[in-house]
Amino acid sequence: MNIAARIAPDSSVLVHPDRVRSSMYTDPAIFEVEMSRIFERTWVWVAHASEIAEPGDFKMAMVGLQPVIVVRDRKGAVHVHVNRCRHRAATVCEVANGKTNSFVCPYHGWSYALDGSLRGVPYEAGYAGAIDKRQFPLKSLRVEEYAGLIFASFKDDIEPLADFLGGAKKWIDLFMKQSAGFPLTTLGEHKFRFPGNWKIQLENTTDAYHFPLVHKSFLTATDKETGVLMDIMNNGGWVEDLGNGHSVMVMIPDLVDLEENLDAPIPEKFAALAAELARDHSVQEVRRIVRAVGGTGFNLNLFPNLGCSAAFFRVLRPISVDETEVRHVALGMKGGPQAANRARLRIHEFFQGPMGFGSPDDAEVWDRVQHGAQGGKDLWLMLNRGMAGEEMLPDGHRRSDVSAETGMRAAYQQWKLMMEQPA
Amino acid sequence: MNLSVVMTSTINLEEAKEFVSLEADLLDHACYEEWLALWAAGSRYIVPIDPATTEFEDALNYAFDDHEMRRKRAERLVNGQSISASPVARTVRLLSRFRLLETDGARCELRCAQLLTEHRRGRDRTYAANLSYRLVREAGTLKIDQKIVRLINSTEALGGISYIL
Repeated sequence: MNIAARIAPDSSVLVHPDRVRSSMYTDPAIFEVEMSRIFERTWVWVAHASEIAEPGDFKMAMVGLQPVIVVRDRKGAVHVHVNRCRHRAATVCEVANGKTNSFVCPYHGWSYALDGSLRGVPYEAGYAGAIDKRQFPLKSLRVEEYAGLIFASFKDDIEPLADFLGGAKKWIDLFMKQSAGFPLTTLGEHKFRFPGNWKIQLENTTDAYHFPLVHKSFLTATDKETGVLMDIMNNGGWVEDLGNGHSVMVMIPDLVDLEENLDAPIPEKFAALAAELARDHSVQEVRRIVRAVGGTGFNLNLFPNLGCSAAFFRVLRPISVDETEVRHVALGMKGGPQAANRARLRIHEFFQGPMGFGSPDDAEVWDRVQHGAQGGKDLWLMLNRGMAGEEMLPDGHRRSDVSAETGMRAAYQQWKLMMEQPA
Repeated sequence: MNLSVVMTSTINLEEAKEFVSLEADLLDHACYEEWLALWAAGSRYIVPIDPATTEFEDALNYAFDDHEMRRKRAERLVNGQSISASPVARTVRLLSRFRLLETDGARCELRCAQLLTEHRRGRDRTYAANLSYRLVREAGTLKIDQKIVRLINSTEALGGISYIL
């Protein structure tokens, strides 16, 4: 018997405006309800359009705990199917990404078209007419796209993606400017796991407070200009609740809009790159590319699983109550200058990934959070930083200083709202 | 005839094995200054993600280090600022299955297997990798011109690796 699915935790006891219960990280029953009430009922990011650019291109992804395939059909439409044969459940795809004409189950050979329709059943006569192939397509999810970000949902009557993103759309548009006029493309990804709850990572994307301490070794190793830029506690940044659980943390106000201030001096750290670009590009193009190459000055946190973080996508995948996978997807300029894309790859490698100068330290403290949360289960996780200085903007969004825990409070209010839905 | 070529003997398997075993020993014993001195000018330490790629500069890697990046990586392991490297994981790495793919008096290509176990905070992890070395002889001494660590699980999710593979 599945007790967790029948008795939902009382979210009003777990989530207060300024604090949440430690069991949010440790209770398997809460995790199980989250997977159905949040991950199966909201828009979950599954791909960037460039990952499946051509007809037949596909990638595997996860929506909560459910394996899915994201695929572009022959007419260019994107589908997201549960990766499960309708016969006896075997996955029909175990290749991370590629190009195909169809998906064929390896067990008994049922074959599916890219749109999910069942095309072939070997030795069909054995069913003596009792199987109607139209009744057994791959189970498909709702799919919508905004600015190249592809989201899927198990909820058939979910609100339009554009409404769900709401106040975050403006920031997505700003984020996409870092391709400097070229189409944005993914350039590979770093993938690592940490033994901790997924919400620990969710919180971190708009947590400026940890940066100077946890990333001290990065700040020591990086160049002086980057060190000054990344002194984010003292740069006049802010955090804003964008509604629906989304939030943005502006770390470097000067780099919010990458198409502004194009006449500003080129930073010393990019002087060699600018000189190389100048061989093939006009002065204005060089300035635009160089300004974009380091990414934006903000982290946009989209509830529940995508971060548009400075220069990359942060994708989180819950595995169990105390295990989470994190992907850091590198981004570049499709058809853009090789030197600029190389610079972006090196910047990504420097901080991100299991051997980066930043990510392993994040993973270590998240591991420590999960371990510590086993103790003092009657204690609270405090999320009240920056509450006193919070202001209400004319559009109804809350805003506070850069190190305020406003983004986390926004995410937990959305969490509470979704967990309180009827089962 | 070029006299220097005549005087330089071909790098043989024993010599190459001895050299890369020294490198492994220095890393396991955290002798980073000596490790940094093993490298030739312009050399690269590379930990790729895509097992098939050879164009590392245009690909996303776990590490693509020139001398400056190696120095920073080593510094990070000793300066006490990185919480994931305080303390650094204890490691034991075994190199075996050595094969010289090419060799002459000036350089060689060596391939071998590495099994590495890390221990940190009560947890052991194992990483298996194919290592490809390009070794060069500079002023009579072997140096590393390129070291590529191809983890057999490089395309999977890894744990944090705050040490040098």
